[in-house]
Amino acid sequence: MQRWILSQKNSITVISAILIVLGFLGRFGFESMITFNSSLIVASLIGVAPIAIQAYQAVKVKVVSIDVLVTIAVIGALLIKNFEESAIVTFLFLFGSYLEQRTLNKTRSAIKELTELAPENAWKKMGDGNFEEVDIDDIDEGDILLVKTGAKIPVDGTVITGEGHINEASITGESIPVSKTKDKDVYAGTILENGTIQIRADRVGEDTTFGRIIELVEEAQDSKSEAERFIDRFSKYYTPAVLALGFVVWIFSRNIELAITILVLGCPGALVIGVPVSNVAGIGNGARSGVLLKGSEVIHDFSKVDTIVFDKTGTLTIGNPEVAEKEFYGDNIRETLGYLASVERESDHPLAKAVLQNIGDTTSYTVEKTEVIKGAGIIALINGHRIAVGNVALMKKEQVALPAKAKMDIQLFERNGNSLVLTAIDGELKVLMGIRDTIRPGVKENLQKLRNLGVKNLVVLSGDNQGTVDLVAKELGLTEAHGHMLPEEKAAYIKEKQEEDQTVAFVGDGVNDSPSLALADIGIAMGSGTDVAIETSDVVLMNSDFSRLPHALGLTKATANNMVQNIFIAVGVVLLLLASLLFSEWMNMSIGMLVHELSILVVILNGMRLLKYRLKKV
Amino acid sequence: MKKAIIQLQSLSCPSCLQKIESAVKRLSGVNKDSLNVLFNASKVKVDFNSEVITIEDIEKAIEDLGYPVIKSKVKPS
Repeated sequence: MQRWILSQKNSITVISAILIVLGFLGRFGFESMITFNSSLIVASLIGVAPIAIQAYQAVKVKVVSIDVLVTIAVIGALLIKNFEESAIVTFLFLFGSYLEQRTLNKTRSAIKELTELAPENAWKKMGDGNFEEVDIDDIDEGDILLVKTGAKIPVDGTVITGEGHINEASITGESIPVSKTKDKDVYAGTILENGTIQIRADRVGEDTTFGRIIELVEEAQDSKSEAERFIDRFSKYYTPAVLALGFVVWIFSRNIELAITILVLGCPGALVIGVPVSNVAGIGNGARSGVLLKGSEVIHDFSKVDTIVFDKTGTLTIGNPEVAEKEFYGDNIRETLGYLASVERESDHPLAKAVLQNIGDTTSYTVEKTEVIKGAGIIALINGHRIAVGNVALMKKEQVALPAKAKMDIQLFERNGNSLVLTAIDGELKVLMGIRDTIRPGVKENLQKLRNLGVKNLVVLSGDNQGTVDLVAKELGLTEAHGHMLPEEKAAYIKEKQEEDQTVAFVGDGVNDSPSLALADIGIAMGSGTDVAIETSDVVLMNSDFSRLPHALGLTKATANNMVQNIFIAVGVVLLLLASLLFSEWMNMSIGMLVHELSILVVILNGMRLLKYRLKKV
Repeated sequence: MKKAIIQLQSLSCPSCLQKIESAVKRLSGVNKDSLNVLFNASKVKVDFNSEVITIEDIEKAIEDLGYPVIKSKVKPS
């Protein structure tokens, strides 16, 4: 019975609205006080039923909830035969909670969309070799699964047979489909756009990258800041206090009307709901645009950031060194490149990879002997030729004569921020290559946006040599640039800044910079959904997209502001209501309830604005 | 100890949290410190001793308050 009444809340609201209209029609249309009173009494009684049930359940577990206050107020109004007020108050309360539910669902929609991407079923290979559709909870690591065109990948796994194109937007934010063949990794929650593949489950359920992202966002939307915990504690005692106040007023003034009005005016709705609403809408906006924010504390801190420290490789730059400039000296370029490629194939140095990538397909030679000179390069024997590949120091050591043109080229390449790879054959310089890591496109504009948002210092810290770092800093207009930094030195730098009372954010790739990520007030990981990044950081920029950083900062600032606005609205409304009760004639229960419900809707609608937030053109 | 994740129909009033919290805390066999009622996610997460109390008992305590349970998941913790 109780449950049935609660489930009929919406129809009860409609019926009580009709009865109220009917009552007023009766009174002013047909001047029938009987119609008026009887419809309003019925409206009050059916309207208060669900509220009273909720109140009863609350009292049973020793909680004084808003329902308790409203129920007592309505009963009081019925006792003093003020049917008009009892009917209108119950209706407004019911209608208000209906609207709250509707609008709250809207503010939560962004995160809901994300969680609904989680796969629910999978085709599992059974003992008899056939595939059968089973619930995702019945999948274990090591199971073989079949994924058909258009379906979601159910687990993190490895492709065993077949091939196809997968849209990984839910993990990386990148919507261009990626080709997957045997032995490639696939991720839960991504979509197979064409082809059919069989995969082996490596990680399932909450252990998948997607599962962790969802869990993180879900925890984040409900994480509470210091201020919120205070409001929570406050509201625990606030409602009982209002009840006590109403009772005291009734004892002394013997004025039931006044006492029950206090109960209605004292309802704490907007104050309690205001901050969580801003929080969920802000985090929802972020989740939708590839920025994972870990909770309201992070929002608060990030909105106040003074200094942003960047790692260079992989953050400001792409992290993939490429041959940017090259010069040839002498003839037989084809043969030289063949020798060079054959030597570099023996090496696993990152520069060697860049060289090989640049040369592409070429003739291969058998390398007879190689010798690695640490910090200089490599010397090899091919077809009786002595091939030296390395830096300027190696050339000196090998007594390679550098022509005047080469000397000038070397200077120029270095000035452009290149690492140099020289190739000499039998003591004669043949090729000079300048290799550098290119700056991510759009980084400069995005840094300017950060500055416009009020960030005072933009700093780059890098393990690279000072020259390269200075060059990047100059090109991007950074405030400070430090090279030759080890991970622990980066952390020490951050600590130093924090001791100067600055709020410091660190942006890194999350792999080798975890000390700095953890130490900074806000650790921001540029992760392509890597686990480490998700674990150790406060903010994750999906798909390593640098342009999401200004959006993230703008969003946290807007969200923090929105919270303050909501607290202001809520407190303001309560003060206004109390003041008008004391100093005005017109304040009564119905108006109080109306204003109260309106204020709740206003804070929810205000929070909802954050869903549409976008960085203004700056 | 087992870990329960209970998905409720969406919660819309913060005082619901207080009610659910104190109702679940009164049950014997649940780890009070582990209880977490998530308002926006409308979920209850709690560790409980499966020898003392079943997941159905916890669900019933919440449903008796008038909050329908959509689904629940129990994992070893």
